[in-house]
Amino acid sequence: MTRGKATAAAGPPDVEPLEHEPPEQLQRAQAERLEKAWETPTGFRYWSAVNNTEVGLWYTAMAFVFFLFAGVLALLMRLQLATPNAGVLSADHYNQAFTVHGSVMMFLFAIPIFEAIAVTLMPQMLGARDLPFPRLAAFGFWCFVLGGLFLCGSIFFDAAPKGGWFMYPPLTSAYQPGIGADIWLLGFSFIEVAAIASAVELIVGALKCRPPGMRIHLMPLYAWYTLVGAAMIVFAFPPLICGSMLLEVQRAFDWPFFDPARGGDPLLWQHLFWLFGHPEVYIIFLPSIALVAMIVPTFARRPISGYGWVVLAAVGTGFISFGLWVHHLYTTGLPGISLGLFSAASSAVAIPTGVQFFCFIATLWAGKVKRSVPMLWSVGALAIFVLGGLTGVMVALAPFDFQAHDTFFVVGHFHYVLIGGAIFPIIAGLYYFYPIVSGKLLSDRLGTIAFWLAFVGFNVTFMPMHLSGMRGMPRRVFTYPEGLGLELPNLLSTVGAFVLAAGVAVVVADVLWPKKRKSPRDPWGAGTLEWVQEMPAKPWGIRSIPEIDGRYPLWEQPNLVRDIDQGRFYLPDAEEGLRETLVTSVIDAKPQQCQRLPGPSFIPLVGALALGGFFIFGTFHLWWAAVLSFVLSIGIFWRWLWVGSAVKPERATKHVGLGLELPLYVSGPASVGWWAMLITLLAVFTAYVCIVFGYFFFWTVRDDFPRPGANGPGLFWPLLGGAGLLAAWALTLLARRANGNDRGLRFYVSTALAMVLAACGAAALLAGPWATGLTPSAHAYDAIVWLLMAWTVLHTGAGVVMLAYCFVSRLAGRMTARHDIDIQNVVLFWHFTALTAAITVAVTAGFPLTT
Amino acid sequence: MSEANESLWWLAASPLIWAAHLLLSYGVAAIFCAKLAAASGSLWPVQLFIFALTAVALAGIALIGARGWRRHRLGGSKLPHDADTPEDRYRFLGFASLLLSGVSGIAVVYAVLPAVFIGSCR
Repeated sequence: MTRGKATAAAGPPDVEPLEHEPPEQLQRAQAERLEKAWETPTGFRYWSAVNNTEVGLWYTAMAFVFFLFAGVLALLMRLQLATPNAGVLSADHYNQAFTVHGSVMMFLFAIPIFEAIAVTLMPQMLGARDLPFPRLAAFGFWCFVLGGLFLCGSIFFDAAPKGGWFMYPPLTSAYQPGIGADIWLLGFSFIEVAAIASAVELIVGALKCRPPGMRIHLMPLYAWYTLVGAAMIVFAFPPLICGSMLLEVQRAFDWPFFDPARGGDPLLWQHLFWLFGHPEVYIIFLPSIALVAMIVPTFARRPISGYGWVVLAAVGTGFISFGLWVHHLYTTGLPGISLGLFSAASSAVAIPTGVQFFCFIATLWAGKVKRSVPMLWSVGALAIFVLGGLTGVMVALAPFDFQAHDTFFVVGHFHYVLIGGAIFPIIAGLYYFYPIVSGKLLSDRLGTIAFWLAFVGFNVTFMPMHLSGMRGMPRRVFTYPEGLGLELPNLLSTVGAFVLAAGVAVVVADVLWPKKRKSPRDPWGAGTLEWVQEMPAKPWGIRSIPEIDGRYPLWEQPNLVRDIDQGRFYLPDAEEGLRETLVTSVIDAKPQQCQRLPGPSFIPLVGALALGGFFIFGTFHLWWAAVLSFVLSIGIFWRWLWVGSAVKPERATKHVGLGLELPLYVSGPASVGWWAMLITLLAVFTAYVCIVFGYFFFWTVRDDFPRPGANGPGLFWPLLGGAGLLAAWALTLLARRANGNDRGLRFYVSTALAMVLAACGAAALLAGPWATGLTPSAHAYDAIVWLLMAWTVLHTGAGVVMLAYCFVSRLAGRMTARHDIDIQNVVLFWHFTALTAAITVAVTAGFPLTT
Repeated sequence: MSEANESLWWLAASPLIWAAHLLLSYGVAAIFCAKLAAASGSLWPVQLFIFALTAVALAGIALIGARGWRRHRLGGSKLPHDADTPEDRYRFLGFASLLLSGVSGIAVVYAVLPAVFIGSCR
């Protein structure tokens, strides 16, 4: 420890807690005020709670409910496959079952459980009272529940999607007329909104809400993994959102993006889907294995070996996983060089993945391992995942994949990866972190029984699948004939599946069983900050926010728990009765701001219902109701921002304890809101880039692109539209400056002009394809030009609403020269609008000139 | 040693070079094979391009790795760089960017191998 020894050049020395215990009466008064500020609402208002402890719990519980639902579907499929030519499920029901099983496991369990666990644990690990956008997290949760129930419910009406979890067209575009595919496309687009919302929250949380002194190299490994996983969501989900949009537009309005007869190409879907789908596997894996990275040091009784190497593994895997998507397209007839490139990347990803496993093994080797249930599940996870990783390297090799593609070998492979890489670690995490949530301990005996049932059952289920796959059993076919040697492996798989299910049932029983065994504080003797928590937890999360000096503060900082409990650190009080937490700098976690957090509200729930209406009515082609819902949701979001964000504080700064005075209001890049806006815009921009990719993809693979005879959208209208939007952007910059200089009139005039020019520019963009007679249902060229224009216009529309918001905000006195969060964030949005407009014009008007 | 001079982008630099290398190699090969060459056509212009690109990518990664190495070795300190000082933060970020350069370099070498062995668009 080098407390207080830092030189002046290295910044101020670390801060020590208060030397003397505050008077007991003061401590009690402080605790009461904190309790009041962070009180969980009761009665029906309980559902308006936004605190991470409630939202995280609901999120986790709901994700597990969906997990069990999809698990039951899996058992039904195994019953059907237990014997040849069985009649448990019809072919159609089997199609629905495997589609819903895969989709629910991926979209309603694996991704949400990451967000759920992270939302629950990250504030505790970072000693933050909550993450910076609690209402956004609640909104994400409600979107998830609504979209999830919609999708799962469809199977009871025999209307579920049945195109497989990756929904390939033309099967899903031309041969499935029911609403199943629409439910999938719109329901999951809605849930992806929730995923991106959580990702924003988690990235800003990890970077800006660490406790003072927790420098970037002292951050818990879980936070590193979460940061990487959330950043991956920001770039991986938009391709799917883009692809879903194209497919839904084709289904609803007959724009032929995937129809080869009219200039489209179904392979575009495969590219977009797997640009999402492969990173997705690692988005699931990294945060789950992160739980193991927290569990291993605790039970090895020593710090992790190779912290830097684990960071390498997390960040390296995060990047390389984006370069693997084409290995799902090995059998589509791509040139050998393309296969080779992606085979190389698919093999390379094994390196960082292996590195972290060696770090875990080294930690266990160097430590004195204490046996425990979380450790048992963790070791089981490593064993299973390594096997899945090895078959992964096998299918990464194109010649082997040609044989194994679309057989049960692949089914066996990815269940080893996903169950070893996610389910086992998550159950390990459940046993480990259960006391944090409930203040009780789960049963060691039941945990051990469950483990052995699940471990044996798992291997008996999935090991024989490699064999049945090699013998030629295709996936997604509802039965198989006798006499091909498939009877025994299938029967074994079915028996194993029920043993595995029994293991899961024991875990569920253990969780639900009323418990008397109260957990002591820090029951495992862990070293990381989340374990300073009182048992059971107080709603405030942490009594005072400590100064951190190392990676394992509970092992390294004497008297830490006492000092936190007695309020000897930062923010020991809530004098104004408001929820507050600290915002710190990205690299060295120096305190920068005292951030006020919003309290309970029904707005996230109502907002999710309204936005959900848009997607759900859209599924049934009730366009007016859908548009109405959308307008309603914009109104709700407006209200949300108006009352709940960028609130002017009663004074400029606040004393947060230990002699530190921090601002209560900051704007621009110093504020968390600006970062959230930036991250959201990166996601939106990525989705847009995917449409542009579609344009050039068509050009590459089609000889009739641009459509012969098409002379749209021409130069005149696109250039005029682009000029209008760039002028609106320039005026937005002027408006920001006018607001900063407190020149009211100039601000209003620039804002109003910007809105008018934006509207004209948008109209001109649409005039281009309209005036030149491009017909979107005639050819993929016409369709993608229209779509690029429409996207830019929608983006501009949002920008106009934001400008109007700033206009009114200043008029109402909410926004002033100093309190300018609104206009700062809107300018950021307009940077992206200008960029989008410039690219749209360059591509649609400029590119046809070159061909 | 101030955090104002530090940036997390250095961690992403080498992996981003790897990504650019992969995407450019893939894109150029795909467009070449779809637009310019027959299925059995020779791939030599693309091979040459990928080799040149690889040299540039590896040089960039080596520079970033060397920068990381220098930072990691500041003052001759040893791992694990876990002290609560700006110096150890500086060393750690250097070390992490060195490791990421290592894995990015290996991945770039992997990616160039197909261009060594595959000479046509088949």
